[in-house]
Amino acid sequence: MGLEIAFWILAVIGIGAALAVVLLSNVFRAALCLVLCFLTVAGIYVTLSADFLAVVQILIYVGAIAVLIILAIMLTREVQRGSPANKLRIPAFFVAILFLGTVVGTVGFAMVKDQWRLAGVAPLEPTTPALAGKLFGEGGFILPVEIAAILLLAAILGAIVLVREK
Amino acid sequence: MAIVDSAPTALGRLETLPSDWPVGFWSHWGVFTVVIIAFVLLMVMGFIWLERRGMGRMQARLGPNRAGPFGLLQPVADAIKVLLKENITPAQGDKIVHWLAPVVVFAPTLMIFAVVPFSDGALLADLNVGILYVVAISSISALGVFMAGWASSNKYSLVGAMRNIAAVVSYEIPLVVAIASVVLLTGSLSMNDIVLAQHIPFILLQPLGFLIFFISGCAEINRSPFDLMEADSELVAGFHIEYSGMRFAMFYLAEYSEAVIISAIITTLFLGGWRGPVLPPWLWFIVKVFIVFFVMVWTRTTLPRVRIDQLMALAWKFLFPLALINLFITGIELLTWPEALPWVMILVNIAITAVLVLLWSKFFKLGWGRVEV
Repeated sequence: MGLEIAFWILAVIGIGAALAVVLLSNVFRAALCLVLCFLTVAGIYVTLSADFLAVVQILIYVGAIAVLIILAIMLTREVQRGSPANKLRIPAFFVAILFLGTVVGTVGFAMVKDQWRLAGVAPLEPTTPALAGKLFGEGGFILPVEIAAILLLAAILGAIVLVREK
Repeated sequence: MAIVDSAPTALGRLETLPSDWPVGFWSHWGVFTVVIIAFVLLMVMGFIWLERRGMGRMQARLGPNRAGPFGLLQPVADAIKVLLKENITPAQGDKIVHWLAPVVVFAPTLMIFAVVPFSDGALLADLNVGILYVVAISSISALGVFMAGWASSNKYSLVGAMRNIAAVVSYEIPLVVAIASVVLLTGSLSMNDIVLAQHIPFILLQPLGFLIFFISGCAEINRSPFDLMEADSELVAGFHIEYSGMRFAMFYLAEYSEAVIISAIITTLFLGGWRGPVLPPWLWFIVKVFIVFFVMVWTRTTLPRVRIDQLMALAWKFLFPLALINLFITGIELLTWPEALPWVMILVNIAITAVLVLLWSKFFKLGWGRVEV
């Protein structure tokens, strides 16, 4: 009961915030709505007993990525009025409608057709040891994680090389 | 390894949620929330008094001493004065964001107190991921500072907010790495388990970690010598220049409650939290928090403010490598140290700390030597 109330509150706020990100013309406010959306996702993780995931969601998305997005917005012009009108507006509208229709259709079809079953096992109480086992244990995911880190490092180095003064 | 007890449940901890409360969880939640808010307000008033009187004493003047005995009621008088002032919103600013920013700065600081252990089990929620929760929630405040700086539509506000973000993002890294070495010793992210594991306070086992955490903590909450985001002489007052009345009071409150939080976390992670002989646990906790804050006041009155390039150099060239080395050494010691020799390990760690700090201070001379950015 309590969980359902929490879920619906979070879901409504999250979707409202996500719509606001797209519809607001003030880019700074859109970024703040994106932060609200991230926070509601973290709340939904909490209702799913994924405490570690929820905290990491806040730490990385709100604490790091949102701050970077806002710093990037500070480098743009016309923050309050958003992007100026251009010729691509109408084609972009149709492509967006097509994409949205495909996604909503597919997900909706799957949601209606699928038999939703509850998991048989109870949620893990301390989630951190299980995650650590998945990462560092036998057959863990440490190599893909490290490769992703090296990829990000290469991207950062590339960005620095591109903008460096001669 | 016998240095720390990795099974703290042996001490017989209390249940976090007493089931014999009248309405169960919600009454527990309500009472603790009220207690925590009252605690934060009282501690903030105590801190303001300690800071102003202590600074006065250290600068050979009296400090506020008229309101109440020893000037104890000065924070109350200040609060009433500031609440009676008019709220001014800049005409060019973003009204909604300007209104929301103080709330976004202050609310997370209250949320963090939910996991701070005042005595064994006496806390709102003993989260499994307690210390990670603290780091995550405290990173939201930076966003509020940015909102304030941007919505004021004032160049000094924006520069102050930008400096603040740069400092917070940089100093968060050594801060988290220092926390990681404590977590490595404890084997748990829960704040209460970290306290229960400290038969020896971690300031002795982790002297370098304590130093890094203290410096980065001071930088995170913009205390002098790292207060250049609100440097009065350059930026007038930084991000909250356009704020007045109640909203300014919120920023002021948030600043000092962040100081309470950093002191409380240092107490929990490095000074043994509520543990101590004779006195009741909560009193030990508060005494230790005040001692930590007194050291912060001391550094504030002693050290001059750093420049922005020195701030960045200190974070990335001094604290970050030392924090990584500290984490590495802690890992090696945990794996290889013989069980019966914790006191030798303390001496070894203090020696390592002294050598590393001296070595790094030869590399980077701040203030009067070369500083490359």
